[in-house]
This record gives sequence, C-alpha cells and structure tokens, in this order.
Amino acid sequence: MIHIFATQWPLLLEGLGRTLLCSIIALFFSLIIGSLFAIFEIMPNKIMRVIGNIYVEVFRNIPLLVITMFFFVVIPLYVTKINGFTAGTIGLTIYTSAFIAETVRSGIQSVDPGQMEGAMSNGLTFWQSMRYVVLPQAFKIVIPPLGNQFINLVKNSSVLAFVAGFDLMYQGNMIANNTLQTMPTFFVVGILYLVITMPLSYYMRYLEKKLA
Amino acid sequence: MSMIEFHDVQKYYGDFHALKNINLTVEAGETVVLIGPSGSGKSTLIRTINGLEPIQKGQLIVNGYDLADKKTDPNKIRKNVGMVFQHFNLYANKTVLENIMLAPKIVLKRPDDENREFAMKLLDKVGLANKADSYPRQLSGGQQQRIAIARSLAMKPKCLLFDEPTSALDPEMIDDVLNVMKDIARDSDMTMLVVTHEMGFAREVGDRVIFMADGEILEDDSKETFFDGQPSNERARQFLSKIIVHK
Repeated sequence: MIHIFATQWPLLLEGLGRTLLCSIIALFFSLIIGSLFAIFEIMPNKIMRVIGNIYVEVFRNIPLLVITMFFFVVIPLYVTKINGFTAGTIGLTIYTSAFIAETVRSGIQSVDPGQMEGAMSNGLTFWQSMRYVVLPQAFKIVIPPLGNQFINLVKNSSVLAFVAGFDLMYQGNMIANNTLQTMPTFFVVGILYLVITMPLSYYMRYLEKKLA
Repeated sequence: MSMIEFHDVQKYYGDFHALKNINLTVEAGETVVLIGPSGSGKSTLIRTINGLEPIQKGQLIVNGYDLADKKTDPNKIRKNVGMVFQHFNLYANKTVLENIMLAPKIVLKRPDDENREFAMKLLDKVGLANKADSYPRQLSGGQQQRIAIARSLAMKPKCLLFDEPTSALDPEMIDDVLNVMKDIARDSDMTMLVVTHEMGFAREVGDRVIFMADGEILEDDSKETFFDGQPSNERARQFLSKIIVHK
C-alpha cells in the first residue's frame, strides 16, 4: 500500500487534484442552479413552477452516468468538442443541482411565510425578499441535508472515470491495471477520497453548530 | 385625492365569497378603524389594499394605481403603503436596526448615514433606541410590534395598514403599541387603516368606524355616530354592546 503511493504518487495526486477541481466547480454551480430552480418551484408564476418541476424531476430521475454520457457523446457530435473532464463536470453539476433544488425548496418552504409577506409589504420585490430575508434563513435550515449532497457530489465525481476525466478513480483504475496491485491501489484511492470528504463533513457540522 | 377606492370589489377563495360587493373610499389623512367578528373579512380587505390578496372583480384604486389591473405591479403601491401584521413578521435573520434599514437601503437607495440616522430617530420615537442591535427573538411581542411600526415608517409611506396589531400581545404590552399608533395618527398626515378590537383607540384617534360581517360592510359611520349615537345595523349594535360591556 505504501509502496503504491510511493511509486505512483504523481498520478494519484493528479487524480486527486482533478477530483477536487471537478467537485469545487460542480459544487459552486450546482448550488447556484439548484437554488434558482428551487425558487422557480415556489414562485407565484405557474409557468415558472412548471419549469422548475420538470427540471428537477427529469434530472433527478436519470442516472448520473447517462447524463454524463449524453454530454460526452452528444455535445461533441452536434455542438462543440469537449473533453471528458468538462462533460463529466457538466453532468455532475446538472445531476446534483436537481437534488439541491429539492433540498433548498424544502428549506424555503419551512421559513415562516410571514417573512416573505413582511418583506414584500415593506416594498421589496419577490427576488429581493428572497435574497435578503428568506434564503439566508432557508440555508441555515438546510445545511445538514446540503452537506449530504456535497459529500455525494464528491463521491459521484468518480463518474469522470467513465469519460476519461483523469480523476482519482480513473487513475486508480490505470494504476491497478498496470501494476496488478488491485487491492492496495483502491485502498489508497479510498483514503484519498476520505481526505476530501472528511474535512468537508466536519466543516458542514461546524457551520451547522456555528449558525444554530 | 382619495387614497383608497373600492368599487364593487369581489374576492373569492375558491367557492368561498370572502369579500362581497365592497364599496369604500378612504381620503388621504383619514384614520379608519375596521371592526367586526372573526372571519368577517376585515383582514382580507386590508390585505387586498397592498396586493397581498388579489381581487377577482371590481376596481380597487390605491394611491392612483388600479390593483384589479393585471399590469399593475403591486410593488409600486407597497413602496407607499406600509403594513403592520398581527405576528410582526420582523426579519428573523437581521438585527432591529437592520430590519428598519433594509427596505430604505434596497428600495429607495437611501444613503447609509442618512438611513441610519433616520432609523435611530424612529427607534427613539417608539422608545426602543437601546434595542438597535438586538435580534427580534430577543424582544417581547410589544417591543417587536413597535419595531415593526418603525420599519414601516422608515419607508415614509403615505398610508399605513394595521392588521390586528395588538391581538397577539399580552395585555400590559398593548398600550405601548397603541400609544405609538396614536402618536402617528395625531402627528402625521398619514392615512391609517386599522383592523382592531381596541375601541379606546377608535374613540380617541379614529375618524370613521367600519363594521364588517360575513364579507360585507354593514356600517360606515363617523366615530361620533358609531359610539355616541346608534349604529343603524342590528348586528353592529349587538357587536358594539358586547365589546363595550367587555371593556
């Protein structure tokens, strides 16, 4: 095991870096897109609600691998060349944003409706009320389930391995094939995933306590 | 110019006819008190005035804008028509001072120092300047309601709507809130519509008393006629005798 790390560390670290980069990008964008569709789902405008619902139901109910393959295969065919890393990150972002939308929506709905009424009566628009009054309170409520989504996101980034995204899982596969040391290799890979997810997990717990 | 005009307004919740054929005009600067049994439509009526509840039929003109017109943005009305709620609805994530300063900052783009100065002046007026940095949850109901009034006043509205502002308060807190409201009624030329059961308030600073039941306006009298004469409507007389005895 130590041997694997000692000899293969450049590949492993590159994989770790890719996994981390993909996770950070996907986390950032899925949080924004997810929150946006969460708001769509609760807007007074019915058309917006329908759009929000369709987005969430479609992307929540298709396997991540299928979404990713779509971007990897279809986009280069008709639109523009993209590499596996980009395709995988886009797929992961869209897939995760559907789950985040559901999480954030439940958070928004658990904020007292009086907060929105108070803000709107005070002269703020719907979006201003959301931004300054409702969302800050909703996020506080959804930090624990959001933490779950973030951790799932990091682990799901292993989908990059299927589209040659050179992530940790991909490099692990390569090393295992080249060295035939399957067990120790994936042991190391597992530990490297923990290096990302454990601090994330503890940070979310810290946030939860701090904001409570 | 009239501040608020209802012309044959109808409001439905599904099949339930919540407001029946409402005709009402409130002149600028008037203080109007709305009374009536629960479920009579008082709160619904007051909530239609700033567009929190849509109306289905008729015409409702507030500060020159027609709320029945789908193209009217209720936000234009809300900038000039404040509302105070039964349960205060202060922003739970903001301090008292931030609660008061938020809308003037975002909506009116009032400069920060001017905004702060005016907010502190209002806090002083409602007797809570020492609570500027507290959060709403740390305050009593009566204190929260006075902050909510200050928050509405910060927008310098032409009209203020009060939806049962003292109904959720302990008896000893009610006077603090009513005194603030009386000051506003006496010292400013703001139009006030107040849904309340506080007859003392109505007597002291009200200009008109409106009695509602079952979604209809049954009485629309001057204060003198309502309290010293006799309401012509039987139901209003009964209601009045009950709260007066109760007092």
